[in-house]
Amino acid sequence: MSITYLEAIREAQARALADDPRVFIYGQDVGAFGGAFKATKNLAVEFPGRVLDAPISEDAMVGAAIGAAIEGMRPIIEMQFADFSTAGFNQIVNHAAAFYWRTDVPCPITVRLPCGGTSGSGPFHSQSMETIYAHYPGLVVMTPATVEDAYSMLLEAVAIDDPVIFCEHKYLYYHLKAEALPKEALPVGKARIARAGRDLTLIAYSAMVHEALAVAEELATEGTEIEVVDLRTVKPLDTDTVMASVARTGRVLCVGEAWPWGGVTAEVIARIASEGFDLLDAPPQRLNAKDTPVPYHPNLWMVHRPTSQSIAAAVRQLLRR
Amino acid sequence: MLPPGQPPDRNPGTLPTRERAVAAYRWMLLARILDDKFASLYRGGKIHGGVFLGRGQEALSVAVGLALKKGDVFAPLIRDAAGRLAFGETVLDAVRTYLGSPLGPMRARDGNVHRGRPREGYLPMISHLGAMISVVNGTLLARRFKGISGTVGAACLGEGGTSTGAFHEALNQAAVEKLPLVLVVANNHYAYSTHESRQFACRSLVDKAIGYGVTGHTVEGTDLAACLEVLDEAVNCARSGGGPQLVVAQLLRLCGHGEHDDAHYIDAKLRASRDGRDCLQVAAEWLRKCGWADTATLAQWHDEAVEKVETTVAQVQREPGPDPFAENWRALATKHLHGAYASA
Repeated sequence: MSITYLEAIREAQARALADDPRVFIYGQDVGAFGGAFKATKNLAVEFPGRVLDAPISEDAMVGAAIGAAIEGMRPIIEMQFADFSTAGFNQIVNHAAAFYWRTDVPCPITVRLPCGGTSGSGPFHSQSMETIYAHYPGLVVMTPATVEDAYSMLLEAVAIDDPVIFCEHKYLYYHLKAEALPKEALPVGKARIARAGRDLTLIAYSAMVHEALAVAEELATEGTEIEVVDLRTVKPLDTDTVMASVARTGRVLCVGEAWPWGGVTAEVIARIASEGFDLLDAPPQRLNAKDTPVPYHPNLWMVHRPTSQSIAAAVRQLLRR
Repeated sequence: MLPPGQPPDRNPGTLPTRERAVAAYRWMLLARILDDKFASLYRGGKIHGGVFLGRGQEALSVAVGLALKKGDVFAPLIRDAAGRLAFGETVLDAVRTYLGSPLGPMRARDGNVHRGRPREGYLPMISHLGAMISVVNGTLLARRFKGISGTVGAACLGEGGTSTGAFHEALNQAAVEKLPLVLVVANNHYAYSTHESRQFACRSLVDKAIGYGVTGHTVEGTDLAACLEVLDEAVNCARSGGGPQLVVAQLLRLCGHGEHDDAHYIDAKLRASRDGRDCLQVAAEWLRKCGWADTATLAQWHDEAVEKVETTVAQVQREPGPDPFAENWRALATKHLHGAYASA
């Protein structure tokens, strides 16, 4: 048997619904239709009355999830695309994120964001939103890169007492497969060494982990050993694992599919520069998408975001310094 | 007679009309005196941030608070001191929040009108107008999931808040889900300084009820008797399965948007109109006419309310303020993430 990243998300939701009567799913087309990407396929049949189609009202979807969470429920909100979560932004960042701090009452909602670029999706169906949500205190931001993490981290997202922004990458939905669902997992908040190496640390998360691994594979044939760190959650950020890796290699490149200004890669590099400057043999580097909206045509899209080719070029340049 | 500071029995079916009217009036009076005290403290530089009063809106507000029962959900807005007290908020909670006491429900982390006790169905507003309505919807959905029936959720808003997308999304959502939501819109004609003519173009805001497929009610917001009747009707209708109710009241705020605002922009003709009446005076006159209170009784209630407010303010002013070194500075409830998050 093999299971895709998308199926793992579906299976995690099925298990959450089966294990916990407080869980329900609310989003556009999630009911009988099974979701725009089929992440809730058959769940409305298996769990009658607990998978609700929402009107096209992202603000009210999140608002209702907050109200339900106050009453002790564990809602999962599916945004049809991460990009549309901006229409529910106020409820996420001003209401859900601040609720526990203000009231001492937890607000355990999970907001699933199908994020990241796929060819032909254009400016409004391709965005990576982790940076903007990580900026707000009170949110946990998960960016699973593997089938196993998609499954186990989604279960943990539902279980923890805080609002979670769950960034699931659309490109990985069908492309990524595993033999089976995981029996155990690293805890949330811990990064993972996806590949060990000694010459350079390549830090990535979500779909970029796979580009980074491809680069490591390619450079291994040239005798260069790249260590790949998968952040898994971008907030909280596992600085310990990052620093330990930089201490081993002395060189670091952080890669993100999101835009360059501010953001996750900037945060990682800032921390390394301030806390691990003495560990470095070369200036810490980062690579992001170009600072334009995400383009529609594949010819443009292919070079808008980092790829294994552009990452490999940046790595080679950094190794020469 | 119900002493100020203690919630009355909120079951409308069990209170005779006189007791209900007296209870409503006394909460209104207490709210007015509490608001006046906050204004005074503000002018004396004793309050951090703004002060927002419900002067002129007490009759409508108290009717919402009194129509709700224990177990219902209430999301008041900035001019709902009366409704909050009637719903069960203590004067102590209100004063502690305004004065930033760490002993209050918001523990000095949030202040003034942003107060509540969510576990008791009393939701603390955020500033973004219309945002509370869908949250009330969510509490009602949760109760449906849990098989709890017979509870109602009320949210308050001004006419300005009806222009937001949040209002539209939430009222439509409540209608789609047939939730027992009572949405109370106080049309006080001005959203801060902006006249309603720049806010909406329909004949009356209650016409929006038709578009959403919900029941609409109108009420003269300066008339306590009318407010009690209409809010009871709306809440009872929602409670008995009638779906969302939109209540639109006409009134005028008899103060600025906040105490920093002199409200010079309010049309003098409007001030002189029925909407510009002081609902507290109208209510006192009603009690007098019905023979439910004489001048001496009204004076006694006034003095008791003043005593309650002054005693509470004096108590809170003796309490220590928040200590930044004792604050845990943690935005997450999940304890095992505290370590990593603190350095985040």
